[in-house]
Amino acid sequence: MASTVVIDKGAPTRKVKYGSMSRDRAWALRWSYFFLIVFAIFSLVPPLYMLITSLKSSAEISAATNPWWVFHPTLSNYIELLTSNQFLTFFWNSAWVSIVVVTITMLISVPAAFALSRMRFWGSATLATGVFLTYLIPDTLLFLPLFKMFAAFGDWTGIPLINRWYVLLIVYPTLTVPFCTWIMIGYFASIPKELDEAAIIDGASWFQTLTRIFIPVAMPGLIAATIFAFTVSWAQFLYPLVFTTSTDQLVLPVGIITTLIKGDVFNWGQIMTGALLGAAPPLIIYAFLMDYYIAGLTAGATKG
Amino acid sequence: MVDVTFQSSRVAGAGTRKRTSLRAAMKRKSTAAFLMTLPLILLIAILVLYPAFYSLHLATLNKSMQRFVGFGNFEFLFKRQTFWLVVQQSCIFAITAVAFKALIGFIVAHFVHNIPAKGQRKWRGMLLVPWVIPPAMSTLAWLWLFDPSYSAFNYTLSFFGIGPIPWTGDAAWARFSVILVNVWFGAPFFMIMYLASLKSVPEQLYEAAAIDGANWWQRIWYVTLPMMRNIIAITTLFSLIVTFANFDIVRILTAGGPLDHTHIFATWAFRLGIEGGDIPLGASVSLFMFPILAIAAIFILRDINKRGNEA
Repeated sequence: MASTVVIDKGAPTRKVKYGSMSRDRAWALRWSYFFLIVFAIFSLVPPLYMLITSLKSSAEISAATNPWWVFHPTLSNYIELLTSNQFLTFFWNSAWVSIVVVTITMLISVPAAFALSRMRFWGSATLATGVFLTYLIPDTLLFLPLFKMFAAFGDWTGIPLINRWYVLLIVYPTLTVPFCTWIMIGYFASIPKELDEAAIIDGASWFQTLTRIFIPVAMPGLIAATIFAFTVSWAQFLYPLVFTTSTDQLVLPVGIITTLIKGDVFNWGQIMTGALLGAAPPLIIYAFLMDYYIAGLTAGATKG
Repeated sequence: MVDVTFQSSRVAGAGTRKRTSLRAAMKRKSTAAFLMTLPLILLIAILVLYPAFYSLHLATLNKSMQRFVGFGNFEFLFKRQTFWLVVQQSCIFAITAVAFKALIGFIVAHFVHNIPAKGQRKWRGMLLVPWVIPPAMSTLAWLWLFDPSYSAFNYTLSFFGIGPIPWTGDAAWARFSVILVNVWFGAPFFMIMYLASLKSVPEQLYEAAAIDGANWWQRIWYVTLPMMRNIIAITTLFSLIVTFANFDIVRILTAGGPLDHTHIFATWAFRLGIEGGDIPLGASVSLFMFPILAIAAIFILRDINKRGNEA
């Protein structure tokens, strides 16, 4: 008798507790979605606003109608920019610089990462740490001495570097190589030693071990590093602003800011179109290769 | 791992070759390794280390870079009120922005982690967009959102009876705006980092904590935070460096104005060194970013050494 009472008492409380827990879960989920929507709106407002403004004509912008809606969508801004020689020059300069910098970065950082992760030599451990520390030296600390150095180099050899787009090919690798080397060291170090031991026993040279084994196996890391190098070179703003001034030497971000903003007359439709076109290549890469992009982002810190 | 390959090649070699040729091979290997890292070493030495030390030298020259003035530039800076304004603003900017980035990143990472796994990819993809857009381009969008006469924010706020806000016109609001844009840009990075580290916390720990009767706050405080301590420290440190050295956002949004109230070290160094033509003075200003770097380097080196000992 007494025992059944206890069981009767015990069962409902337990059931209620269980029910409240699942209800808590459901509410937690609802709140999570609510806040995620709020944060997603916060994240996406500027790019969406770029798109909205880029579809408006100057007349519609200056009429100050509802800024969040396009009443008379037009592609005139896109047509105007994509047929303007100046804008296309910026675009090609940017594309060219980024592609060459990615190539240089890979040619420097992959062999270096291989040597630092697999072949020990005097000072190699210190060098690996040093590479990571140089990644922390910001561009804003180096632009003035570099400006002076390049000017002096031009005076000394007669090869002008200031106000030439190719100066960017020299400075951008300082931003990309340390990080790419660092993440490649991480990827190479995670390859089992048995693989390269087997290759060496089979008579492969170090170079063959690198090209036949390490590069194919570490392909995801290589793609992540390539994406990183490309986005950094595409987005860099300070160096081209300091080192290049003539309109035919500018890259996209600086070109848009210095040529489309003229005095107090801001042609916002075109500025937003230019900004959106400038943001497009990294966004497209991101849309298709998001997992590699995120792998590159997280590898740097979690493996450090 | 290096030792093992080193030994294995020795074993592989010893079977077939004589001792002298083995030594030559060893020599060749380290030479080859050195040659493979040589471009990296040259790049860092010529374009990173040399300019870093050169800026120390530059800071001791006069404006025409003809004469050695010792600490003259620094004495000049210390007497200028703008300099102290820049120091103050750099600290406010970096500390506030990093704190909010870390907090928002932490909260959003939890929300993303909370929802069913199959939807996470989509949300993560959307929330990372600010980090992907080149900051110079997205800051233009913010500049347009903050426009004095056509601001879309003011348009929206006017429906709630909130008067036009001078987003970039007033010193206090301009400081708020540059921090807001920086938080918008940087929070996704924290979110991704924290999300990756949240996923690596074993579920059993939470179950054990729940059985012990821990509420959600205790679970965060006693389980999540200790497990994420390393990643929080390293991300915050990284972000502190990057934010302290920020240039794009402030340059495009306010260019240091109104009345130099939003200048940080990088933008002021640019103003003095490139626009004002006084490279040594600009170099002296940018050198003030060095202490934060040194502190960060010490912490990171300590961290790397500690991990090395654990491994």
